[in-house]
Amino acid sequence: MIDPSGNHFELFGLPATFRIDADALDDAYRALQAEVHPDRHAGGSDTDRRVALQSSTRVNEAYQALKDPIERARYLLALRGIDAFDETDTKLSLAFLESQLERREKAAHAADVDDIRALDAILAEVRGEMHKRQLELAALLDDASAVDRAKAAVRELRFLAKVAEDVGAMLASLD
Amino acid sequence: MALFQIAEPDAPPQARERKRVVGIDLGTTNSLVATVRNRIPVVLPDEEGRVLVPSIVRYAEHGVEVGYDAMAQQSRDPQNTIVSVKRFMGRGLADVDDDRRFPYRFVESPGMLKITTRSGVKSPVEISAAILRALAERAEKQLGGPVEGAVVTVPAYFDDAQRQATKDAAQLAGLNVLRLLNEPTAAAIAYGLEHASEGVYAVYDLGGGTFDISILKLSRGVFEVLATNGDSALGGDDFDHRVFCWAIETGKLPPLSPADARQLLVKSREAKEMLTGHASAPIVAHLASGDEVNLDLKAETFADITQTLVQKTMQPVRRALRDAGLAPADIKGVILVGGATRMPRVRRAVAEHFGQPPLTNLNPDEVVALGAAMQANALAGNRDRDEDWLLLDVIPLSLGLETMGGLSEKIIPRNSTIPIARSQEFTTYKDGQSATAIHVVQGEREKVADCRSLARFELRGIPPMVAGAARINVTFQVDADGLLSVAAREQVAGVEASIVVKPSYGLSDEEIARMLQDSFAHATDDAAARALAEAQVEADRIADATRAALVADEALLDTAERRVIERALEVLAGARDGTDTQALRAAVEALNRATAEFAERRMDRSVKSALSGKRIDTLV
Repeated sequence: MIDPSGNHFELFGLPATFRIDADALDDAYRALQAEVHPDRHAGGSDTDRRVALQSSTRVNEAYQALKDPIERARYLLALRGIDAFDETDTKLSLAFLESQLERREKAAHAADVDDIRALDAILAEVRGEMHKRQLELAALLDDASAVDRAKAAVRELRFLAKVAEDVGAMLASLD
Repeated sequence: MALFQIAEPDAPPQARERKRVVGIDLGTTNSLVATVRNRIPVVLPDEEGRVLVPSIVRYAEHGVEVGYDAMAQQSRDPQNTIVSVKRFMGRGLADVDDDRRFPYRFVESPGMLKITTRSGVKSPVEISAAILRALAERAEKQLGGPVEGAVVTVPAYFDDAQRQATKDAAQLAGLNVLRLLNEPTAAAIAYGLEHASEGVYAVYDLGGGTFDISILKLSRGVFEVLATNGDSALGGDDFDHRVFCWAIETGKLPPLSPADARQLLVKSREAKEMLTGHASAPIVAHLASGDEVNLDLKAETFADITQTLVQKTMQPVRRALRDAGLAPADIKGVILVGGATRMPRVRRAVAEHFGQPPLTNLNPDEVVALGAAMQANALAGNRDRDEDWLLLDVIPLSLGLETMGGLSEKIIPRNSTIPIARSQEFTTYKDGQSATAIHVVQGEREKVADCRSLARFELRGIPPMVAGAARINVTFQVDADGLLSVAAREQVAGVEASIVVKPSYGLSDEEIARMLQDSFAHATDDAAARALAEAQVEADRIADATRAALVADEALLDTAERRVIERALEVLAGARDGTDTQALRAAVEALNRATAEFAERRMDRSVKSALSGKRIDTLV
């Protein structure tokens, strides 16, 4: 039986920080699923099975939210009352947007001429920047509690993830 | 208390109540039933020692034939002998790419096609149920009593309509479905537990009519599916058909009658199977039309004419690896499943792609049924502590809703671990709009028209508001069987609508009732009486529990809520006095729904009480 009132971090018994012990998260996730998964309650009453379905769903939701860095940052901000992807506030820095636009054009051109190596290089570059944003987020959320700057960083991280996904799709279509 | 359970090392394990449960592989070409005996999974043979049941159903002059009996008559009576019915599960006539390829008299019907036979119009669900019933009978004979539960396998890439159709077929056959289990996952259980494997494995499953690829991580007793992909209309049948077309072309044959076509198709399949161990195979047939077929199919020719089919399996393989974020070199082993993986060309293509020879030490026909039996055993609580494992499977195709402009808005992405729930908020787009249509689709494409339509329903009774003021929350819940239910709720007024997704493929309630009647007609009155008695026991149990809870936790309900539950109790009491099992079950289900919220509140409270040091067992 899981406590439905706690937050995702409490569910797994982990500190509410952006830096996360991935192995500890995995272990806690597996230990919880081993208890609440519907397969463990297949012979139970209707109520048992319904509770198992809800609990297991909840554990999966929490795990997905903490495993992914963007979702984790969004969740940490939400715990502090901030909606990271508030649709009324969509601004990103002009310099950032310009450099991404340029990057997309470069990628589209590489895809046009079937230049897989150029696409690979762009993808590696984007992933490098994503890694840098994650280090920044750790400092902003865990050390400084600078939520406004963290919000900007997670929005850029999400934008970069979308660019990486698009470049990945271009690579896949050349395959 | 471990200390009290020490047994002598050589003494047999303590006899305890083990449930009679089975695993069923409901295949396109062949089906099998397996069980766990003395901790070892075994497939159950017939009196002649044959483990496979050809998935063939014949509606004969006097009753229904299944398996080898039906197979023997297929060329003589092709229109009433249905083979590979799995291809039609949850599918409409429009989904069958070339209906002239089959000798059947198809009937279009909303969502799922039907076939006219001499015993009337049959749906794929009914035909599959006949196969399942034959398997259940085989198991009952050998296990010495009724089957108490079954795990039925489905291709991992089956969509919701195909899964629901499979579950309906099992229920129609009178089986208590413990779980629908993905075929590659079942194979991984059988393989992984036998070899105590750890690491990331690929399961390449090419069956008679479906292709699946699953990437699984096995570690410390957890089977975690990382990604799955496939083609639910590609299998060994297609290889047979290529040979068949080659024979027609090479032998310059005129258009064939259904009986001749079936005969040539059978010969084509035999030739394909022979080529697994030989350099060439003869195709010899004396057709009713007077035409003589006498051809020799060489292995190279066969490889040439089926090359595109083998290649067709590689795109899903690449996609699954990409979704899992892995390269072929990350895969520790490739498990082959399905009779079609016996073809040398298929094995070579797999070996080339993964840079290693595939694992072939398990019988590719049996491994799925064995894994299903092990999972059935575990779900029934028969397993011992050292056989503790956990399956974390995924949904194969994204689920979405139709939005303005005929586009699909994805709510749950493919390869999400199940069970999973997601909510999405929508609003009204007209002033005073009182209803909104919800269209649920499944698939990866942007346009709704390119995805599979799963269900349409309406949320009515939205109170008049200006456009954009209503907040309609739609929740998708996918359970551990991979089956979807959808609930919609307007937040401001609290109007609710919910469905278990199933209507789109066209089984109306009347049809299910008719099918149930048909199947009851074959059963004895005993079975009907037993079903009623079981439903009555369940009704009494839940009524007593509810009354006790109402006394114990009165404070958790307001008057209106209490009245709803009491009303459901009255309806149940009325149904309990009658002899209508369906009505009684419906009343039990209605009471279950009426008390769901109450049960949750009690559960929440019991947790909080436990934390504050009270005893849980005094509360539940």
